[in-house]
Amino acid sequence: MAKVNIPFMQTGTLVVGNRLLDEQDRSVQAWQDRASSLTHGHRACQGCAEALAARWVLDTAMEVTDGKLMVANATGCLEVFSTLYPESAWKIPWIHSLFANAASVATGIAAVNAVTGRGDIRVIAQGGDGGTADIGMACLSGMFERNDDVLYVCYDNQAYMNTGVQRSGATPPAARTATTPAVGRQPGNTFGQGKFMPKIAMAHEIPYVATATVADLRDLEAKVRTAMSHRGARYLHVLVTCPLGWGTKSADSIKVARLATQCGLFPVFEAEYGELKSSTKIRERVPVEDYLKLQRRFAHLFGANADEAALERIRRLADRNIRMYNLLPEGAAA
Amino acid sequence: MPELLEGSQAIARAVALCRPSVVCAYPISPQTHIVEALSGLVRTGKLANCDYINVESEFAAMSVSIGASAAGGRVYTATASQGLLYMTEAIYNASGLKLPIVMTVANRAIGAPINIWNDQSDSLSQRDSGWLQLYAVDNQEALDLHIIAYKIAEELSLPIMVCMDGFVLTHASDVVEIPTQEQVDAFLPPIKPLEKLDIAEPRSMGMMAGPDVFTETKYMAHQVMFHANDVIKRVTREFEEAFGRPSGKPVRVWGPDGEDRPARQGEIAVIGMGSVMGTMQAVAPTLWDRGVRTRLITLGSYRPFPATSVRQAIGAADRVVVLDRALTLGVGGVLSFDVRRSMARLGIPLHSVVCGLGGRPITEQSLAETLTRGKAGDLGELEFMDLKTELVGKVG
Repeated sequence: MAKVNIPFMQTGTLVVGNRLLDEQDRSVQAWQDRASSLTHGHRACQGCAEALAARWVLDTAMEVTDGKLMVANATGCLEVFSTLYPESAWKIPWIHSLFANAASVATGIAAVNAVTGRGDIRVIAQGGDGGTADIGMACLSGMFERNDDVLYVCYDNQAYMNTGVQRSGATPPAARTATTPAVGRQPGNTFGQGKFMPKIAMAHEIPYVATATVADLRDLEAKVRTAMSHRGARYLHVLVTCPLGWGTKSADSIKVARLATQCGLFPVFEAEYGELKSSTKIRERVPVEDYLKLQRRFAHLFGANADEAALERIRRLADRNIRMYNLLPEGAAA
Repeated sequence: MPELLEGSQAIARAVALCRPSVVCAYPISPQTHIVEALSGLVRTGKLANCDYINVESEFAAMSVSIGASAAGGRVYTATASQGLLYMTEAIYNASGLKLPIVMTVANRAIGAPINIWNDQSDSLSQRDSGWLQLYAVDNQEALDLHIIAYKIAEELSLPIMVCMDGFVLTHASDVVEIPTQEQVDAFLPPIKPLEKLDIAEPRSMGMMAGPDVFTETKYMAHQVMFHANDVIKRVTREFEEAFGRPSGKPVRVWGPDGEDRPARQGEIAVIGMGSVMGTMQAVAPTLWDRGVRTRLITLGSYRPFPATSVRQAIGAADRVVVLDRALTLGVGGVLSFDVRRSMARLGIPLHSVVCGLGGRPITEQSLAETLTRGKAGDLGELEFMDLKTELVGKVG
């Protein structure tokens, strides 16, 4: 299915009702016969964007592969809330081995499928930002470097949420977590940190790297389709809001993810073989404060003891992203 | 047909005869020659329908093996020492997931101090990992054990370490009998996994088990280990019938009189695993003539531990000497610990002789001296063979 540019039907959103579209343009979720790979009954928090993203990613991949899909899952929220024995929310062949090894497990599955003449069965590995950018990075890098036929999906909620919101290598600067409390000379996470895995993936020059958020699920779906049209190692990095860890309202998960892109702090783009191919332009640029203020993890930056210096550094991070990934529409002032 | 081969080359040939789908390993001495040879066999097409995967660590090697085995493939890997420790988390995971992976451990010491030479500290550190552990006395047995291991692993749906002394066996050239492909195919049918990832029958593997079922899970795994004792006995018997060699017996009893019987009064039961028992076999006849009568009890299986057979083999021995190739600090020999448990209330003294740590040669002379002292009643409960007392400072 070619990606269709859909006109905006509501102010401030890219989402349109499926019923307004021609049938071939509707999302996988519009159809009753969708795989429901991650089905109901799991134990994710209200407003969990990881559960939403995983469902969209896997249902799309299931459609593309005609149901020939196997999944290796890293330890983390997604695994814990979906598979407490004897109940499983997965309707696909699914394996959880360890925290750090989802990429390697996927490599093994893909190898056996290929050797036994079942190369038509595709493999996805998935994990959170900790299992991807921290403890699992060696296995992931190995999978990239060998160009194994695996799509790795990182659901990035920017901290170790499953264990109670501790800082990860992907936690952004100034964010308060259980291990970077908002006290001391530099409250929250240290500046200069916040590992951005997509760039590291691009450095491996693999066939496809893309980012997405739950604010634009059709874009997420399109990127899964593109990813599955390639063979070899592919990486998809999805920003997923976490009401528990970010201190956001459950009802705001989509809104907060959208603000992350519109303020420039989270760039949405595609890259092939290490080269930036396209980026999703910011439609209506907003100040970083609009994004940060909705999250209690940044509350210490505002109010009576507002940290203007920290805010300025965060603004500069957004500016740099906008330059680096060319996020403003043609002719717009940076 | 008999061939003169380095141990590692022989292992690679045996593994290839088992037709694995995936070989995945990270280099570490003294395992490297095995996986080098296998990568060559895959590249040249001599080992067909197999992928050789170069990985970035032992942790990844075991993790790829887990994925490949979960997808229903027959999988091989090999490691040693630090590499075994580096993959430890995945080792426990593989057995918990009941994946019939076969892995060679080219036994090597663990640092610090870093030491590449042979002892059995590495595999014995994985005592509680839920893997079966089989030990080879010589290269023929090591070769045979790989074929045997796949059969046992796939029947039990459990992973197996085939342990062979690093360098002493892996790098030693010996004449071995390589079976034919037809022989191996007849003995080892294609893998039929107990469960696997399957698009026709989607299942979730590796789920979380809470306090309500965890104990029961472990209890059942424990019972399977007892059952494994019987399976090893049966499969090694089948192997002997098919190949004419008694390789892989969980417990083998031998004395210079050539009799396979438990030890009697007036005899010392000598218990050990691996190549040291080959050395013992060379020493035993001379000792016998000097009145130091030994009954050699060679363990082919350490996990499961064949406690009943060990107890029977000890019989009415005057004393038991365990040749310990690994040490648990502040306690003593690792193997002695298991042997002592299996001879509870026999009232026979046990001497743990720690020997050959970090590649210290275990000479026939030292073994003869130690056992002569044993006969005279001069051995303590814990002895360090050939300890250079002049190098050991005052401790404490």
